[in-house]
Amino acid sequence: MSDVQPATASRSPYLELRDLKVSFATEDGLVRAADGVSFSLERGKTLAIVGESGSGKSVTSQAIMGLHPKRSAQITGEVLVDGTDIVSASEETVRSMRGRNMAMIFQDPLSSLHPFYTVGAQLIEAVQAHGEVSKSEARQRAIAMLDRVGIPNAARRVEEYPHQFSGGMRQRVMIAMALINNPDLVIADEPTTALDVTVQAQILDVLRDLQGEFQMAILLITHDLGVVAETADDVVVMYGGRVVERGPVNEIFTRPRMPYTWGLMSSVPNLTDPRGTRLTPIPGQPPSLINLPTGCVFRPRCQFSAHVEDAWCDTKRPDLEPVGPRHDARCFLSVSQMAALAPRRADGEEVA
Amino acid sequence: MSTSTSATATAGSQTGEPILRVTGLRKYFPIQSSFLRRTIGQVKAVDGVELEVFGSETLGVVGESGCGKSTIGRTMLKLLEPTEGTIQLAGKDITGFSRREMVPMRREASMIFQDPYSSLNPRHTVGKIVAAPFEVQGIEPPGGVKKAVQDLLDRVGLNPEHYNRFPAEFSGGQRQRIGIARALALHPKLIICDEPVSALDVSIQAQVVNLLEDLQNEFGLAYVVIAHDLSVIRHISDRIAVMYLGKVMELSDSDSLYLAPRHPYTKALLSAVPVPEPGGRGRRERIVLAGDLPSPANPPSGCVFRTRCWKAEDRCAAEVPALVEVEPGRKVACHFPEPAAGEVSFTPSQPNGTAPA
Repeated sequence: MSDVQPATASRSPYLELRDLKVSFATEDGLVRAADGVSFSLERGKTLAIVGESGSGKSVTSQAIMGLHPKRSAQITGEVLVDGTDIVSASEETVRSMRGRNMAMIFQDPLSSLHPFYTVGAQLIEAVQAHGEVSKSEARQRAIAMLDRVGIPNAARRVEEYPHQFSGGMRQRVMIAMALINNPDLVIADEPTTALDVTVQAQILDVLRDLQGEFQMAILLITHDLGVVAETADDVVVMYGGRVVERGPVNEIFTRPRMPYTWGLMSSVPNLTDPRGTRLTPIPGQPPSLINLPTGCVFRPRCQFSAHVEDAWCDTKRPDLEPVGPRHDARCFLSVSQMAALAPRRADGEEVA
Repeated sequence: MSTSTSATATAGSQTGEPILRVTGLRKYFPIQSSFLRRTIGQVKAVDGVELEVFGSETLGVVGESGCGKSTIGRTMLKLLEPTEGTIQLAGKDITGFSRREMVPMRREASMIFQDPYSSLNPRHTVGKIVAAPFEVQGIEPPGGVKKAVQDLLDRVGLNPEHYNRFPAEFSGGQRQRIGIARALALHPKLIICDEPVSALDVSIQAQVVNLLEDLQNEFGLAYVVIAHDLSVIRHISDRIAVMYLGKVMELSDSDSLYLAPRHPYTKALLSAVPVPEPGGRGRRERIVLAGDLPSPANPPSGCVFRTRCWKAEDRCAAEVPALVEVEPGRKVACHFPEPAAGEVSFTPSQPNGTAPA
């Protein structure tokens, strides 16, 4: 394990994952949903986890919130939130940390809000769960928070039910609920996936403003590389339950070093590509987490394994190795091979 | 109407009669009172749309949720009855056609749906699903149905041996391929694709987009692609119609639209798309639209976009802007359109992505 920490890191990270493994026993076999995930995140920064369905990104975020039932999920490794290990902590400790230390914005606000209670009642409950606050004071905080996330007429709308809000407004309610106890870490699981682009832009602006104000750490889970480029400081790319590449956002986008990341980038149409550019899809399907391929998990879809000697890709699991400043990748290609093989997509001419 | 064919800018493809032409198309859904089922209002999902689709071209229809883009796709093929207007498919006015009269017309045009999980009958084998169009039409393809289906499966990149499997045995991307094979079965001239890739993983989206492009080249298909993802729409479309609240705001060839949007809504929409280049952060002019989409049951007077438009003036509330040609092949419904390409002040992010290394 090569845990390259930034040379400039003066503060200790607020969130640190060390070799987190989450697996579930199912009838078909053991699902290794997250397999040795390590990364860290400081306050005031945004880390994006990028990956497809089944890459382990949501499982990882739920482990940080301590949401996996102990009975069905087998969890090893450490999840340090402000120095406290969530994995080994008692259920009470984790519960008292939720909301204060870490909070989550879910993808689907309609199913995450209770349809029978007013938005205000749900927000007031969230405030009162964390201390001796009078109902009227909690209500004032709820209104202030709704106002802060950009809901007009907050004092009136606090009395309304979730179905009376539009999709974008509901997502703002979710953000308000996550932030109402001033958490230091906010996990946003696909916060804008269900939204239209114009609403997405509004929501991302709200998150950015609030981060500037409260200096919280944001863990953003998404598959939209555009959102990543515009909001993240650091990026973690996950595939088949593993971190396959991680580094600062500029490094990842200008010098991606892992064939899966290359594939992701060249399979997405870009508004700035010349028209007629053909997309380069990643062939095949994401792997089954029960029957992971031997060797590198990306091997069955990778077009570059011929460049690696002795068919290591088929037999050995690559480690996450440093490939640049604060930049690690899980691939057997040498750093010079990576540099030579990486697609140059920006000018559209050298794309394979 | 006669000017449109000569005036369109896209090269080559738009000669002759369009495969599909809709004029003055409206689709209103009644709002009924819960008690007496009396109609107390109407949702104007599609409100006066004129569109033409020519052979071998892709017309993209883009807009946000609630703009009527899916309704228009379904109304075009009479899966929904239009409230007003005419629909001409392959030279025939199908507006008043009954279900039975529509059956032979369904050979001309078919549809691909968004959700590959709910658009395939889970109890039917893939073979039965893809063979359904032959059965409905009473067609015996040369070589038999089974061979035709296997050829189709092969063509869309599925294993023909999987003829007897059920949809649940396939991944999302493969199911979308099954839907494409079914749409392709009768060799239609037109396929309407409603959000064909939005339910798929990123790495799989590109596979399906490329397949759609290959099939278009091979069979000379025309597509109407309905999507909310502006990058996908731009990639796949020759011409694009931008919709807002049931109306077409701008109709243009794809390149010009993205280079210099003329309607303020198009401009706002494009500026909101996050670009996967970290260097572009903060350099672009981003227009964040205030507020929400108004209710289509009670759209604003005049221009429907005026409540969120930064250019709105008194005239916009009083007068509905017509969709008029502002440059060859380009129509905009706005009283105060943005400047044309030559006189632009808006710069999209650098095409060659010169990120500060």
